[in-house]
Amino acid sequence: MAADGTGKPDAAVVRDALGVGVAVGLSGVAFGVTSAGSGLGLLQTCALSLLVFTGASQFALVGALAAGGNPLTAAAGAFFLGVRNAFYGLRLSQLLALPRAVRPFAAQWVIDETTAVTLAQPTRRAARIGFTVTGLSLYLLWNLTTLLGALGAKAIGDSDAWGLDAAGPAVFLALLAPMLKTSTERVVAGLAILLGLGLLPVLPAGVPVLVAALAAPAVLFAEGRRGGRTRQDAPDGSDAPNVSGISDGLDVPDGSEEVR
Amino acid sequence: MNTWIAIGVTALGCYAVKLAGLLVPAGVLERPFVRRLAALLPVALLAALTAQQTFADGHALVLDARAAGLGAAAVALVLRAPFLLVVAAAVVVTAGVRAIGG
Repeated sequence: MAADGTGKPDAAVVRDALGVGVAVGLSGVAFGVTSAGSGLGLLQTCALSLLVFTGASQFALVGALAAGGNPLTAAAGAFFLGVRNAFYGLRLSQLLALPRAVRPFAAQWVIDETTAVTLAQPTRRAARIGFTVTGLSLYLLWNLTTLLGALGAKAIGDSDAWGLDAAGPAVFLALLAPMLKTSTERVVAGLAILLGLGLLPVLPAGVPVLVAALAAPAVLFAEGRRGGRTRQDAPDGSDAPNVSGISDGLDVPDGSEEVR
Repeated sequence: MNTWIAIGVTALGCYAVKLAGLLVPAGVLERPFVRRLAALLPVALLAALTAQQTFADGHALVLDARAAGLGAAAVALVLRAPFLLVVAAAVVVTAGVRAIGG
């Protein structure tokens, strides 16, 4: 029951939050297996899920390390993927109005899924419940299933024979697909693929991905020079994290973006 | 050791940006260009990573069972399958194609 009588019932918020937390939390198995298959130890794999706790960055890091990338180059790619969380945090800090002392603890849970659930809530109370339940369930399950996945990978031996090296790219594709809302995103993605694959034979491992990231400012800059009217009809996607098939019901309204 | 350095740097960096979002005054990051860039950076990175981890073998580009697996994941996405099913489709099809000798 909602305390103020106007919002949605607490139980409904908890149900939404657990739905996302459990479904995504279980996919920690894929990370555990991929990480172990990439040659990381059990402790290293678990440390990533405990300390980094933002899936795309974790997959990117183990992929780059497996490809023989320099550790700092690999970390840079993972870091840039994590930068979006800062923008989620901005929105969340307004919605949750957390006391300053709590923020360092809440920060670790500022990720795609908690943001999607929190932004979809109608009241501050519901937002706080949504954030806490999603964060807690996802953090616990993600770390538990990471451990199980890493242990399982050791047990089954050659993870490539089981097709597990396809889990990483499939995760990336599932995260990417809902972001491709307008032609701008598609052009950025296409250019990034060309750069990432085209430079692969000539640059050290991990570097082509960082160069491919430049597709984002390049396309933005080109769009700005053209007069930047292409976004006029486009729904804003910048603050609407979505995990394929899971948070489809959690469309996030965002009225704050200016049309460029 | 190198792996631990990468883990440490990534963990610190990723935590710092999460915390920064909660701590900085809203105005600093609210400029439209910065917001658009933050939204587009993951698009570029994820697209490049998807392509590389599907078609790269070291420094060479190859077409192998992973491409079939990614195709299966794409089909699952178009059919609006849940996240885990998308990943499972990629894994199963890749393993299947390899078992047949692809």
